[in-house]
Amino acid sequence: MSDRGTRLLLLASVFAVATCGLIYELICGTLASYLLGDSVTQFSTVIGVYLFAMGIGSYLSRFVQGNVLRMFIRVEYLIGVVGGSAAAILFLCFAHVSSFRVLLYGLIVVVGTMVGLEIPLMLRILKGRLEFKELVSKVFTFDYIGALAASLLFPLLLVPHLGLVRSGFLFGIVNAAVGLCAVEVLRRELGGTAGLRAAGWTAIILLGAGFAASDRIMTWSESATYVDDVIYARSSPYQRVVLTRSTNDLRLYLNGNLQFSSRDEYRYHEALVHAGLARLPQARRVLILGGGDGLAAREVLRYPGIEHITLVDLDPSVTGLFSRQENLVALNGGALSSPKLQIVNADAFAWLRGRTDQFDFVVVDFPDPSNFSVGKLYTTAFFDLARGVLAPGGAMVVQCTSPFVARKSFWCVDATLHAAKFVTEPYHVYVPSFGEWGFILASREPLGGVWQLPEGLRYLTPQTLATLFAFPPDMGPVPTEVNRLNNQALVRYFEEEWAHYVH
Amino acid sequence: MITRREFLVGSACAAGLAALSGCRDRDGGLASRIPGEILGANSAAGHRLRTGALPPVSETIEAEFVVLGGGVAGLSAARQLRRSGVNDLLLLELEDEIGGNARSGSNAVSAYPWGAHYLPLPSEESVEVAAWLEEIGLITGRAADGAPIFDEYALCADPMERLFHHGAWQEGIVPRLDVPHAERAQIEGFLARMDRWRTTRGSDGRRAFAIPVDRSSRDTAFLDLDRVTMADYLKREGWTSEALRWYVDYCCRDDYGASADAVSAWAGIHYFASRNARAANAPSSAVLTWPEGNGWLARQLQQAVGTDIRPKSLVWSIDCPPSGGVAVDFLDLASERSIRVKARGAVCALPRFIAQRLIHGGPGAVAVFPDLVYSPWMVANLTLRQLPGSTSALAWDNVPRESRSLGYVVATHQSLASHPRKTVITYYQPLDDVPPQQARETALARTHESWAGQILADLQRMHPDLPAQTARLDVWLWGHAMIRPVPGFISGPTRRRMQAPHGPLAFAHSDMSGISIFEEAFTRGIDAANTLLASRKTLSPA
Repeated sequence: MSDRGTRLLLLASVFAVATCGLIYELICGTLASYLLGDSVTQFSTVIGVYLFAMGIGSYLSRFVQGNVLRMFIRVEYLIGVVGGSAAAILFLCFAHVSSFRVLLYGLIVVVGTMVGLEIPLMLRILKGRLEFKELVSKVFTFDYIGALAASLLFPLLLVPHLGLVRSGFLFGIVNAAVGLCAVEVLRRELGGTAGLRAAGWTAIILLGAGFAASDRIMTWSESATYVDDVIYARSSPYQRVVLTRSTNDLRLYLNGNLQFSSRDEYRYHEALVHAGLARLPQARRVLILGGGDGLAAREVLRYPGIEHITLVDLDPSVTGLFSRQENLVALNGGALSSPKLQIVNADAFAWLRGRTDQFDFVVVDFPDPSNFSVGKLYTTAFFDLARGVLAPGGAMVVQCTSPFVARKSFWCVDATLHAAKFVTEPYHVYVPSFGEWGFILASREPLGGVWQLPEGLRYLTPQTLATLFAFPPDMGPVPTEVNRLNNQALVRYFEEEWAHYVH
Repeated sequence: MITRREFLVGSACAAGLAALSGCRDRDGGLASRIPGEILGANSAAGHRLRTGALPPVSETIEAEFVVLGGGVAGLSAARQLRRSGVNDLLLLELEDEIGGNARSGSNAVSAYPWGAHYLPLPSEESVEVAAWLEEIGLITGRAADGAPIFDEYALCADPMERLFHHGAWQEGIVPRLDVPHAERAQIEGFLARMDRWRTTRGSDGRRAFAIPVDRSSRDTAFLDLDRVTMADYLKREGWTSEALRWYVDYCCRDDYGASADAVSAWAGIHYFASRNARAANAPSSAVLTWPEGNGWLARQLQQAVGTDIRPKSLVWSIDCPPSGGVAVDFLDLASERSIRVKARGAVCALPRFIAQRLIHGGPGAVAVFPDLVYSPWMVANLTLRQLPGSTSALAWDNVPRESRSLGYVVATHQSLASHPRKTVITYYQPLDDVPPQQARETALARTHESWAGQILADLQRMHPDLPAQTARLDVWLWGHAMIRPVPGFISGPTRRRMQAPHGPLAFAHSDMSGISIFEEAFTRGIDAANTLLASRKTLSPA
């Protein structure tokens, strides 16, 4: 190969290694934000540590003696393997290592140091081939262009189309290939090349295997974040649905939040449904908003007088799963296939607006108000609509998060129901997998009637029922704002209270 | 609240990213590939008035009253005439749709505004607006203390507004993030002073700053503020804070299309001190909004007017013959025929810089006002495949501090859907860097690609992924978007002369108020209609 060709090739490799170097950094920053939250802090510290490590690498380059080219090739292989698999390593280890940050910054220091070695070594390799001013100008030009390429490729192509893990492996392969090319092109300057060649191919094969197995790696890493075996994991347009199983427990997670554990969900669902419905002997028509798991419907169907249930749940993948999957159908007693039940996959707020038919009992079983989107479903506007579909003498029950952890949030829902002209009966129940959980029974007029509980309940009895309505002082009423579309007071309470609880 | 430390980390991060990514291509060359067009008030038809290439009148029709202009003032006048029992009514509008500054558009994703996009809750003096809101159901009832209850779906949903500064977002638009203590004190002082102005009354018992403006006190102590610029007022009061000046400039540009050194202090203070609404279910500062902005209000007015609206009608002559009545000649743009409407009287709800060139005859000379200043604007609507940034944090109004634009509002903000995805955002920029006429010429000369490039580069600073998510970008140029309350205009004689009827011709437009807001246009429309109705008997038949 001509000298000019060699020079060009070396400069092309400057471009390639610059791109790879920035990609690793962006992967680490994105991954840290993704797993640890607070993207400003994560990106900032990742960038700082990475740049500092590059400084260490540049400093260390002075100690490289002998065949600089050999060293450069080894460095390329090492960056390829470590940098390329960094995303996979971090994902897999997240749930297992006690200090994730030590691993994260350890990897960043290793990759950063190696990347810091690259350019000084390259300058020394090219020293004899170019004039100094041209050398510096060319090397840094290609370095910066490589950075531009990475910064555009990463958000536009890599993250949306390949994902972090696969992108990592791909650029690992590029790094190793740069090393291998150098072996081939400059073999005369290297002396023995068999070992270097073998090492290069080994690295590429390893990274290629990782690239091919990226999907499986993601599944393993997800399993690792759950205690039990993941038996179902899929993303719907609305949420990540994950089902886990151990010997005697089935759990549903939506976006990583536990929705129920089969070991104690009956406590939650018996309390949700029977505290109200057992006092409405005239009830014929029931509306369930949320509750796509069919567990509330199972409880409603215990009453022979119920003629029709309308179940409105946003996500067809959830109602579909709970209509078909064997274990889940066993759990909800096939409630979703009941001829009395009609499933509507719609956004509850929009669906409710413009309804004119009426229901004797309405179950509101939405996720907790952790963001502005869900917060809308707990506002005066929403409850006004719900009141509009409530038949005379009917009642509505609302799941209201934990009155122990999120006391203001709980009583904010109560205040909001009062503002929407409901009379309320707040109550709570202990669900071991959740903790102390709260519900509010709401009706237009004070609800009379005595409890006539159906057969076959495992938790509620007339005696236990009576105790649910007493609130000890640590969960008792507190004055709060009313939650409206134009203030979203509940989401603010909820964020504040759960943030304090978690940390 | 964002702490100083978070801010420093944020800017370090932004700087780090910028340094690392080197000289990043600002929009990846997308500007030339995103479809869209430049729209705007029908300037081509408007220019035919100057060139005079108009066909002679070939048909004459009659109406009892005719309303010229289908903006908020014209629609409000027509509504008032209609509800007072006028059946024989005609409204002429140049554009293919009514609305004027409240014009809106829609596509498969959402309706969106092309101009004004919200209505603040009515202040105590805005009695006509309040009564109308009650009539159309936006006030749904009253609390025990009489405070109105507003339709919760129309009240702007939380979170309402946020400010982007040095790479980080803060809630609200009053700068708080990384504002030094001394400047913060100045901002607090300024806001407290504005609160005092809000309740200050003159010797005539009126508030110093009211809406409509002509219900404000006439005390010279207050009107003297109209002689100086808002910037001079700030200097005089010792408010030198850069953050405060940014905020005041933002507000003046938002409402008047010009910064604090171009508008009068009276107008500047009016922005902060005039609104004192009472509401049972919202704070006084709340606003009403819809996906299509004030297009929603314009449609309510249109429905009250009914079908006697003729769009695509270029009025080219308004004659007040000695025999009485009024003869309005207009070009029907669809058929290219000129038609004459003879009427007993007319409400002229056109902007005055146009209207004064069209009027002839009548009692005495036609008053001409050569010095009216109108601010030009650029408004763009962007259809996005994905909401920018994190869904839950997105506010209705999103304002960048380091920009000549006023940021953007989100058309789907009031949506009740739990998982909105696609959206339309409306981007606003007053063109006030150079004098209005020069700004108009420059703006009209620019290509779609040039606008798109500038808009995307600005938005990309807030949302790096936004250009890639943009499916369409349309630009609307408003050559004369709004009257500019330059010093002396509000308190001077011009406005009073503009308001005087000319024979059978009553005027209605917010340019007569000096402040271009819905309430002014709405009330002017009612007043003009009432002027015609009061003289109904004395006006001769057409």
